[in-house]
Amino acid sequence: MTRRALAPGTPRIAIAIVFGLLAVSPPFVSSFLQALLTQAVIYAILAMSLDVVLGYIGLASLGHAAYLGLGAYSVGILATRHGAGFWVTLTVGVLLATAVAAVFGLVALRATGVYFLMITLALGMVVWGLAHRWVSLTQGDNGISGVPRPDLGLPWSFAHAIPFYYLVFTAFLVAFGVLRGIVRSPFGATLVGIRESESRMRTLGYHVWLHKYIGFIIAGGVGGFAGVLWAYDNGFVSPADLELSTSVEILLMVALGGRGTLLGPALGAGLIVFLKNLVSVYTQRWLLILGAVYIGTIVYAPEGIVGALRQWTKGERAWAGR
Amino acid sequence: MDFWISQLFNGVSYGALLFLLAGGLSLIFGMMRIVNMTHGSYYLLGGYVALTVIWRGGNFVLAVLLGALAIAAVGIGEWNAFLKRLSGQELGQVLTTMGFALIFQDLALLIWGGDPYTIPVPAVLSGAYTVGQLYFPVYRIFIVAVAALVAVVLWLVLERTRIGAMMRATVDDPEMARGVGINVYLISMAVFALGATLAALAGAVAGGFVGVYPGADFEILPYAFVVVIVGGMGSLKGALIGSLMVGLLDNFGKALFPELSYFTLFAPMAAILAVRPTGLFGRA
Repeated sequence: MTRRALAPGTPRIAIAIVFGLLAVSPPFVSSFLQALLTQAVIYAILAMSLDVVLGYIGLASLGHAAYLGLGAYSVGILATRHGAGFWVTLTVGVLLATAVAAVFGLVALRATGVYFLMITLALGMVVWGLAHRWVSLTQGDNGISGVPRPDLGLPWSFAHAIPFYYLVFTAFLVAFGVLRGIVRSPFGATLVGIRESESRMRTLGYHVWLHKYIGFIIAGGVGGFAGVLWAYDNGFVSPADLELSTSVEILLMVALGGRGTLLGPALGAGLIVFLKNLVSVYTQRWLLILGAVYIGTIVYAPEGIVGALRQWTKGERAWAGR
Repeated sequence: MDFWISQLFNGVSYGALLFLLAGGLSLIFGMMRIVNMTHGSYYLLGGYVALTVIWRGGNFVLAVLLGALAIAAVGIGEWNAFLKRLSGQELGQVLTTMGFALIFQDLALLIWGGDPYTIPVPAVLSGAYTVGQLYFPVYRIFIVAVAALVAVVLWLVLERTRIGAMMRATVDDPEMARGVGINVYLISMAVFALGATLAALAGAVAGGFVGVYPGADFEILPYAFVVVIVGGMGSLKGALIGSLMVGLLDNFGKALFPELSYFTLFAPMAAILAVRPTGLFGRA
């Protein structure tokens, strides 16, 4: 049996095909799929933002849903009660998430490893607690419903699924471009250096804490950006968006796709969104399946799908080279 | 004055319940460095198993004990099959134990349905003492007593017995412990089983107090985590003081500042962690 190694350009071609499909296919698929694609792309932004912390700084955060919630509640409160437009809610949502990340970072980055995990959990619960209990502002467990689709003053209405999808897709491209620029910059390389060996980077004269802090804040801001889009997409904001299980789910998306690869977590987000929605159409027992995915990811693909593919192509090449 | 005394009592009794739950989590966390998201599920399943035993005609004590034992077996299985391979991998632990938590949540829904239940308590433990205007339910006093008993027994076992010394040795330096002939594998399994047992015990006892219902697992899990991280992982004293703090803050927060109640609980916790990232009694 002859086996051929994958050509070096194959991943790039595959990525181009997926991006092409995401850009072209939505008008030709069912409205159910359109809704799923929109949701997947929003969660892809969220997963990419967490990847900066988990994949590049190398710290697992159990509170990332807080930023999703801050962005989403900014829209929920401003758009329904004050009639604020898209640019206002977007600015407030992103700035609020960034500011909160700047405060949380001061607390959380004093720790690493399991302690970082726990502190981010407690901080995430602070935000969840406010959403859950500050009823006069957030309407508590009832959530805020009736968030209208945004109006950008453009000739087409974002109340329709297709224009809204393209708005979200554009936002995804912007977020991806910005984050890719950041992780490929000398700053991003420094983050990876810190992940691999904090003491070495410190010896080399890098301000380790400041790099981690800036990375943490960027992740929060982009997480808020995803939250803004999520509120407009869902039309409804509730404390469930900020729950501990949401934070864990974002971690799963990043781990499933492959941390430290940006597009891997985006892929992971897409897969989880589709899995959750499609499986729940066929069976009520979808939590069982989701639970199995959590365990299976760690057992079979601890470095995620991208990591597994890399391992596989490397193996193929090694085989072909003999 | 009455308000303060009754809130204090409620806070302490809720803290006692949290201690049962978080004491086990702290053991697993501090001694084995395992981040266990399944801990809330042990609590929930402990309650459900106890409920089933009572439905089948068992008495209260048998129900609580069987619930605790059954969940110990579940914990041993989970640890043996998955968690023991994941030492030092926090992300792997979080995701694996979360997977189990979701599976247990769904299985519980499948087996026991979506209705909330209360575990019927024996006549001895129902009713209340009244002092003037104050009202002290016997069952809450019982919970405080159980927690105190568990705390004393745990402390005696860990600090005063040979097996406790082996446990502490395994935590401090597993390699050396293995070197001097301690069966680290068995000791680790025993610690994990003990942690799961305590969670199930908490769930069964809570069944007569707050009830057993779907969602109780993820509702109580953050509380248990907060107790452990504030007290310091692996510290029994920390778990005890952390539980009381969380129980009291939660009660007074809800009574005095209903809109900000979770904020008044979690924000001081985060502030403590900002000053002492390893918790009040934790070692780095």
